[in-house]
Amino acid sequence: MSEVLLKVDNVYKEFPTHGKEVVHAVDGVSLEVFKGETLGLVGETGCGKSSLARCMAHLYDVTSGSVSFEGTEISTLSRRAMRPIRREIQVIFQDPYGSLNPRRRVGSIIGDPFAIHGIAFGNERKKKVQELMELVGLNPEHYNRFPAEFSGGQRQRIGVARALALRPKLIICDEPVSALDVSIQAQIINLLADLQRELDLTYVFISHDLSVVRHVSNRIAVMYLGRIAELAPTDELFGQTRHPYTRALLSALPVADPDTADSREQIILGGDIPAATNPPEGCRFHTRCPKARADCAITEPPLAAVLDDTDDHRTACLHPLTLGEDLSTAVPDLKAS
Amino acid sequence: MALLEVRDLRVSFDTPDGTVRAVRGLSFDVEAGQTLAVVGESGSGKSVSTQTVTGLTRGATVSGTAYFDGTDLITADQSTLRHLRGARIGMIFQDPLSSLHPHYRIGWQIVEMIRAHDHVISKQAARKRAAELLTLVGIPRAEERIDDYPHQFSGGMRQRVMIAMAMALDPALLIADEPTTALDVTVQAQVLNVMRRLQQQFGTAIVLITHDLGVVAEMADEVVVMYAGTVMERAPRRDIFYRNHHPYTQGLLASLPTRSGERLTPIPGSPPSLISLPKGCPFASRCPHVFDKCRTEAPPLADIGPRHQSACWLPVQANEAIAS
Repeated sequence: MSEVLLKVDNVYKEFPTHGKEVVHAVDGVSLEVFKGETLGLVGETGCGKSSLARCMAHLYDVTSGSVSFEGTEISTLSRRAMRPIRREIQVIFQDPYGSLNPRRRVGSIIGDPFAIHGIAFGNERKKKVQELMELVGLNPEHYNRFPAEFSGGQRQRIGVARALALRPKLIICDEPVSALDVSIQAQIINLLADLQRELDLTYVFISHDLSVVRHVSNRIAVMYLGRIAELAPTDELFGQTRHPYTRALLSALPVADPDTADSREQIILGGDIPAATNPPEGCRFHTRCPKARADCAITEPPLAAVLDDTDDHRTACLHPLTLGEDLSTAVPDLKAS
Repeated sequence: MALLEVRDLRVSFDTPDGTVRAVRGLSFDVEAGQTLAVVGESGSGKSVSTQTVTGLTRGATVSGTAYFDGTDLITADQSTLRHLRGARIGMIFQDPLSSLHPHYRIGWQIVEMIRAHDHVISKQAARKRAAELLTLVGIPRAEERIDDYPHQFSGGMRQRVMIAMAMALDPALLIADEPTTALDVTVQAQVLNVMRRLQQQFGTAIVLITHDLGVVAEMADEVVVMYAGTVMERAPRRDIFYRNHHPYTQGLLASLPTRSGERLTPIPGSPPSLISLPKGCPFASRCPHVFDKCRTEAPPLADIGPRHQSACWLPVQANEAIAS
């Protein structure tokens, strides 16, 4: 699985505010999505994960940088030129309530992609839609029902069916299970895994919930304030965490296991995430980092392999964690020596 | 006697579609200085029950008792409740922004709250107390930030302000309804830490309502698992995670994402409608161990071990064998 499906190269995405300030939502991100994998994008509110995902699908124009899909640069394409590629890249959104028009019947919602791209008409379209409904575990006889007649989990299945209609290669899942109760969440996670196997799909899976991302992803990119802090295969990210932010994020995650909860090291970060209008100089995490040093406030660390890591594990940190290093007792020292 | 004793609480709402039976015979105790976690999914009745206990449900038909320090909160009049809320029972909710008035400074709101219950305290003393409280919940430069407006605070900071207000009069009981659900995980860790610290310092009892089993494992002493308006299982924390009995508790835990990425075991189907509840056990239609009796007769919440109760017809040993 080393064939690159989507490549993000030094992408910036800025949003103007009402004032003179600019929100630096995505601030120089490069990464590759390999065919057949699930790449997890994780980070806290405002870290830019959803903006990055929207740039990947060309739902946003990038401010600078490029996104290419199967070798074709898509970030500069017009809507018309983008159309054939739209079929290949689909998005599933978080809110199964907000993303379905309440006044339209489910069959017609799922059939939208066929209508837009002029594929399959009349009874043939209905048949295709019902096949899709069956594929995602909905009763095809519910073709004429309205979204309100479905539960949250079923609505998310409708969103999945719609995304699958054109047999895309890449599906960007933006917090697809965050609004669902845990028992329903597990149903959708399993469904996505089955579909990936059956249809040879590639996923970019965005979530603020690290336990979900860990479960579904082959590789994970941890974002902080518009940049990638660490990018690694899932086992390595958890087993050999390099970035102090990743470690803090892992340690903050409540674990549904009393023994672990009682015994583990917990790192409580001070303060809040700085505003994305005015990210800190140097390493953006240095204002909250337990082991920040003077150089962290000056030099912005590149995303690269550190210590003895191979190139598939990249970390943007000047003082990466060594194996077994205790971060809970670390004290920042920002005075120049 | 426990600090709060809720017995056979029933809450229903009349709607155009029929009567929604949101809480159906809920009983639990909260001991002084302890944390009781009430866990359940959407519509399980976990929030409605505590809102009812504090007199915050409007237009509901309520029965049962809820004794707090000798006073039945269900039959108490509004002025008694108003006195208890804030002074003896602090409350925090999921969304701190909707609980703070956007037009008034943070400090003013805390001072108002203190003076509403303490009629002799001077404005200056109340303000000093407000600043102390903000420091207590970990707001840096509290003396300056006391004059900020709510929008100048981040989500985590606002939730700390809510905790400061809830703790202002040193309540015996703090009801926290999904206090960290809207917060990022690193901020959640900060806020849970503040709650834990305050509990140790002041011996406050906490009722923590949450859907997050991770938060339960971190915070709870005792756990009540709710489903379709009733208690499925209640036990000390470790028993809920390691020696659980009810198939619903087991189903919830099996639904959680794993470290290894192996296939999850979701609970099939979805919860029943609270308007037309099935006869028998409300979990029967989704239960992997269902048998005839479950569909005709609802199992009572019965003792199955020390401080451990479960509402399930399955025998105790057999079920534990299934679980392991």
